[in-house]
Amino acid sequence: MRLSMDLELQDVPGQLLLALQPFRDNKANIISVVHHRDRKTPRGMIPVRFVVEMDRSKIESVNAKLKECGISVVRAGEDRLIEAVSVVLVGHVLHSDLGDTVNRIDSTGFAEVMDVSLTMTGVDEPSSAYLKIRATGKAEIQKALAILREVGVEKKLLVIEPIEAEAV
Amino acid sequence: MRDIKVSLVGYGIVGHGVVDVLTRKKKMLKDMGLNLKLISVTDHTGTVMAEDGVDADRILGEKTLANVATTSMKGKEAISAIDSDLVIEVTPTNIVHGQPGLGHMEAALSSGKHVVTSNKGPLVVSYSRLKKLAEDNGVMMKFEATVGGTMPLISLVERTLVGNTIFGIRGIFNGTCNYILTRMTEEGIPYTHALSEAQDMGIAEADPSYDVEGVDTAGKVVILANSLFDMNIKYSDVDVTGITGVTPEALALAKKRGYAIKLIGDVPALTVRPTLVPLGSPIAVSGTLNSAAIYTDLSGTITVTGLGAGSIETASAILTDIISIYRTKQIDAIF
Repeated sequence: MRLSMDLELQDVPGQLLLALQPFRDNKANIISVVHHRDRKTPRGMIPVRFVVEMDRSKIESVNAKLKECGISVVRAGEDRLIEAVSVVLVGHVLHSDLGDTVNRIDSTGFAEVMDVSLTMTGVDEPSSAYLKIRATGKAEIQKALAILREVGVEKKLLVIEPIEAEAV
Repeated sequence: MRDIKVSLVGYGIVGHGVVDVLTRKKKMLKDMGLNLKLISVTDHTGTVMAEDGVDADRILGEKTLANVATTSMKGKEAISAIDSDLVIEVTPTNIVHGQPGLGHMEAALSSGKHVVTSNKGPLVVSYSRLKKLAEDNGVMMKFEATVGGTMPLISLVERTLVGNTIFGIRGIFNGTCNYILTRMTEEGIPYTHALSEAQDMGIAEADPSYDVEGVDTAGKVVILANSLFDMNIKYSDVDVTGITGVTPEALALAKKRGYAIKLIGDVPALTVRPTLVPLGSPIAVSGTLNSAAIYTDLSGTITVTGLGAGSIETASAILTDIISIYRTKQIDAIF
């Protein structure tokens, strides 16, 4: 399971190494560590985001160990929606019930619309919308796009999808 | 020195370019050992014939051959009657029935003449039949100029990348659409305004539907699928959406998030549709440029870009095809 944890470290040498130890002890596979030195908190702490693959049952033990070391855990949770895709819709996006369009994605349980920007020019003119969809995996992104394509046909919307980076 | 008698059929913009380029490159071709003689030029008004080569100065100033024709022979009749080694077919394209180019190519191939063409219609309508006709008659049919104009694509895949497995090709295959989308993005102007600008500049036709509805791009997808992927498909197998529905607001929203919207043709997916392309991507070219990404197993992704249309540019792709026919023959002779 992929988890993300936001920690705050003191700005003194050796803190990052200290923070890594509990992950190591619990056999977590570290995917990324982002050290936000430029975003010091008012208390002078440095936020660090860890993304790890590990068993969910180990999360409490890692948390406890980190606290023992004096490291505060701000947030720990499942990083569920790990893939994202951008889509542009053109047509009567709002009047064809944008809420319903978004709900068709959200109700899947594996994908959610995380961001919507809408531009409307005139009452009878087609409007344009940007949607960012996040999903639990690459296959789920494809499923969400397939749903959007169906909605596009039904509501007469032009669905502009991103080009695939790789050959499929 | 090898003498090659060439007939040109079709004397529009591309035909003029071919006459110009063959004249300009006469010496270079001779240095290669090819004495290319343009022994006839045919259009819908008649034919100019000259055994030692048609005088380019005499015909280049003429819009049609009506005033300079030496015989009234036209089309298939001229192709069958004139004793040439190679026919360059550049008549106007028709993607529905392929005529008149289809009849011209059949006549040329079945009488044992090589064919080089920029005409998409006949290949879209009956590629496999034409290919078989060429094989049965021991001649070659080359058509680099039909896809991406001067941008090397078919020969790149067939020769340079030979040995690779090609997973797919995606790209911008229509300069008119790319110009319109580029201008809409740059200036925030609506589609109709960008289209009329393109028409004024001679980039779009008076009837632009062939380009903007994606028909032209889909024709190229059919040619690539049949010639490079052995797919044996028809035009109706391609799922086509043009650019007429794209708004300047959609382009602006996409740009803000780091994307351009381009009309992308995709083989083997067999789709033509407006698509989000990351702004830094090598295929996200602007203006009238074409581009193609070729996905391979051994060489990774190869991207090419170049001018997709234009008289001299198209003629340059035709010239390359002519030379490659005779070079291949030389290689064959060694073995």
